Amino acid sequence: MSYWRAVLLVAGKDLRIELRSREQAVTLLFFALLVLVVFNFAFDFTIIDFVTLGPGVLWVAFMFSGVLALNRSFQNEREQDRIQGILLAPIDRSAFYLGKVAATVLFMAAVEAVLVPIAVVMFNFRFSGRIALVIAALALNTVGFAAVGTLFSAMTTRTRRGDLLLPLLLFPAAVPVALAAVKTTSHLLAGHPFARYASWIALSAAYDLIFLAAAVLLFDQVLEE
Amino acid sequence: MSPDPRGHPGPQGASPAIETRGLARRFGAVGALEPLELTVPAGESVLLLGPNGAGKSTLLRLLATLLRPTSGSLRLFGEPPASGEAVLRRRIGFLSHQTFLYDHLTARENLLFYGRLYGLADPGGAAEEAVRAARLDHRGDDPVGTFSRGMQQRLAIARSLLHRPDLLLLDEPFTGLDRESSRHLEARLHEEHAAGRTSVIATHDHGRSLGASDRVLLLRSGVVALDRKAREVEPREIEALLEGAPPGGPFRRRS
Repeated sequence: MSYWRAVLLVAGKDLRIELRSREQAVTLLFFALLVLVVFNFAFDFTIIDFVTLGPGVLWVAFMFSGVLALNRSFQNEREQDRIQGILLAPIDRSAFYLGKVAATVLFMAAVEAVLVPIAVVMFNFRFSGRIALVIAALALNTVGFAAVGTLFSAMTTRTRRGDLLLPLLLFPAAVPVALAAVKTTSHLLAGHPFARYASWIALSAAYDLIFLAAAVLLFDQVLEE
Repeated sequence: MSPDPRGHPGPQGASPAIETRGLARRFGAVGALEPLELTVPAGESVLLLGPNGAGKSTLLRLLATLLRPTSGSLRLFGEPPASGEAVLRRRIGFLSHQTFLYDHLTARENLLFYGRLYGLADPGGAAEEAVRAARLDHRGDDPVGTFSRGMQQRLAIARSLLHRPDLLLLDEPFTGLDRESSRHLEARLHEEHAAGRTSVIATHDHGRSLGASDRVLLLRSGVVALDRKAREVEPREIEALLEGAPPGGPFRRRS
């Protein structure tokens, strides 16, 4: 089987399970919505400019719900030792990693697709920037977060308190992508010219490439017993 | 022997199916498997016995390349697992205590997923055949989470044999099976043996499997306490060894 077919197979299996169980969709969405509602009550957005605070609020919701998705992703493989079944298969183990990243990106993207329009309405924000660039920025940073998160999730699910350990490891490592995500989104919402946030986009792209490449190389060792 | 759909050499060959030299595994301070010298020719059926914690599952996981040895070496079909590991993994069928099955997928979907993962030429056909062999065709489109333990075990066995592996590593395959299912499994293992496939079967129920095996390997605390042709072993010798009698007691049967 080709490398990319194995990636699609693993991601497709996760999506099929999610469509059937809806375990993550409900939890992720309600959690992210709750974050928005709490921030909406905590800050008076008629006084505070949404462009200043909004990107931070949105990315807190995306990343926290992303952690929930990451925790569930490998827990499901550890139950019934399913991960051993996949490790036994004659596929490159990094294809398994990329399949899990792809599934997490899709789960997070689904939350973002629902949350962004709700946030626009909830915070009475008039968006004047370029939508394609917003989508590109969301995608770039979501991939970075999922890439590093999937690697740490694979490492921590074997530990006794993996669900607690994951955010402790993930959030410090995700600081660059969090900064780049918030800054890029902020510039985009303010309608600034591309040159003002090009360096943040470059940082996100470099982060994605470095973590994806490192994880593809290291994943075999991460899973080793 | 049935034709090999995967294009690699058949199970019979000049190299032994399993060859270990000082293979050992420790978990921290605990020695799960002491250095083991073992050669299993291709086509041989080995019955792996031992009390709980004897190292049977550890040995099977080492042979399945799922666990790295602390020391020693392993060769499967003449190849060390590190070289072309994916190719070797294709030749292994492993059944663990856990089923490896996804509760929210149906029986057919589970088998189809594994069939595709193994790159079978006709995963749909193989899955269908496996569902029938597991006698689950009437429940093939039901989620595995709704199955009883015995049905899940039958499906797990079908999964481990789906890609027609040359080396079967089965850990307690009779667990949860009723009498009829056990008979079916015995018949299936007999077919696999007749087809020349190598097998290592760990079980507590030696009475059922002794007659169908070529060789008996009994572990105690990670050490081989008995390694002999099955026809030369008395069941009461196994009983005595499992109860802690010193090896080499007065049981040896003349062949």
